[in-house]
Amino acid sequence: MAHEETVYDALTNAHDDAGHWAFGTGFDEPLAGVDTTVPDGVDPAALGEYCLMLGDDALVLAQRLTQWVTAAPELEEEVAIANVALDLLGQARLLLARAGSVGVLGRSRDRATASIPDEDALAYFRDPDEFRHTALVEAPNGDFAQTMIRLLAASTVRLAVFARLRGSRDPVLAAIAAKGVNELAYHRDHAARWVLRLGDGTPESHRRAQAGADAVWPLLAETFAATDLELRLTEAGIAVDPSEVRDEVVGVLTEVLERATLRVPAWPADAPPRGRLGEHGPELAELLGTLQGLARQHPAATW
Amino acid sequence: MNVVLTDPRAVAETVTDPELPTLTLADLGVLRDVRVVNGTVVVEITPTYSGCPAMGVMRADLLHALHEAGFPEVEVRTVLSPAWSTDWISEDGRRKLAEGGIAPPGKAPVRTTGPVPLQLGPSRRTAACPLCGSPDTEELSEFSSTACKALRRCRSCREPFEHVKEI
Repeated sequence: MAHEETVYDALTNAHDDAGHWAFGTGFDEPLAGVDTTVPDGVDPAALGEYCLMLGDDALVLAQRLTQWVTAAPELEEEVAIANVALDLLGQARLLLARAGSVGVLGRSRDRATASIPDEDALAYFRDPDEFRHTALVEAPNGDFAQTMIRLLAASTVRLAVFARLRGSRDPVLAAIAAKGVNELAYHRDHAARWVLRLGDGTPESHRRAQAGADAVWPLLAETFAATDLELRLTEAGIAVDPSEVRDEVVGVLTEVLERATLRVPAWPADAPPRGRLGEHGPELAELLGTLQGLARQHPAATW
Repeated sequence: MNVVLTDPRAVAETVTDPELPTLTLADLGVLRDVRVVNGTVVVEITPTYSGCPAMGVMRADLLHALHEAGFPEVEVRTVLSPAWSTDWISEDGRRKLAEGGIAPPGKAPVRTTGPVPLQLGPSRRTAACPLCGSPDTEELSEFSSTACKALRRCRSCREPFEHVKEI
């Protein structure tokens, strides 16, 4: 018992004597002790912006998936969705912490008190126009079939990007990607098996899966469009040009839908990047209201 | 009474996992290195999964154990690369998992540099029932009470059990 109390004290007082900030995702700095030196010739601000792009994709999708908790069709699936969301949240923490380590904090530091860690300041105290995710992860879940189609699409894209990012010249990004690949392979295959079951299931599940695919496909329009920043960082050996993963993504999604007896919807024409530049739909404000509301109402709360 | 140990590595190796308290962090392969640098004990740990919520507790437990053993200067560092693999779980760790009713992992998939192949069929992994020993078991879900475990059921004794999945 005494030991447990000591551990509790150590956790709650890990950062300062004023207690631990109440809304943090963890008790520790996820990059503690990791060498965060920026590679030669790389603009730290650009690297940080790129980390926000990848981190926000994970954070927003994690938040969407978490909306299924207490509402999933079966208990095992609820646990699975929560686990996928937790993996993504972990990836988001690492990436937002990486952005913070190079000083990319946007306007969040104007609102978050000094004791709030960078990753939390970025998650809780940025406004919608400071988020850098794509439309694919932001759209509302729809029904379970649509949720699984979106998870299939989003994890296929992310897995393809992360597989290439393992060779990044930034050792921190490369390490986050190598770890993420192992997790994302489980996410993608889990979603793909659901799409098979639903598409090749009952007439009703087939109808819903088809409607889900038809709803998700247009969201892929900006997925393969690179921003200037991504192109510059790809040139520098840091980032992955998303247009490079198009063939792989199209191949995987086509294979799964065909095996699921679903019609592959028309691929949308490439649209210029919007989400990566901070342009989002009204749904984001609602999502962030849930994610950030409590922390913003009580920004100095500790426990 | 705690035995006073003088080797910081031996002390760190006694620290157990917060979620699997019969296993040590060393058994799990989470403890990567212990060394003394200019009088400071530097401990390196690696997360099992990116979202593992137990890292903070592990860090606090390591600090506590080493402080108790008489090492005032301790630094616990996270290492991200190479990524943790279930192949790093020791033989002792595998035995303790099975004794605790959790099926140990098989061989982790080898990751090459290219695309990760899609796996649409039921997972190929197998696991003997840790309760009755029967090899006749089925997977219920690839995700269980923690991200690192799958949920299986024994077709012989009908008991559900968890399986540390290969990664």
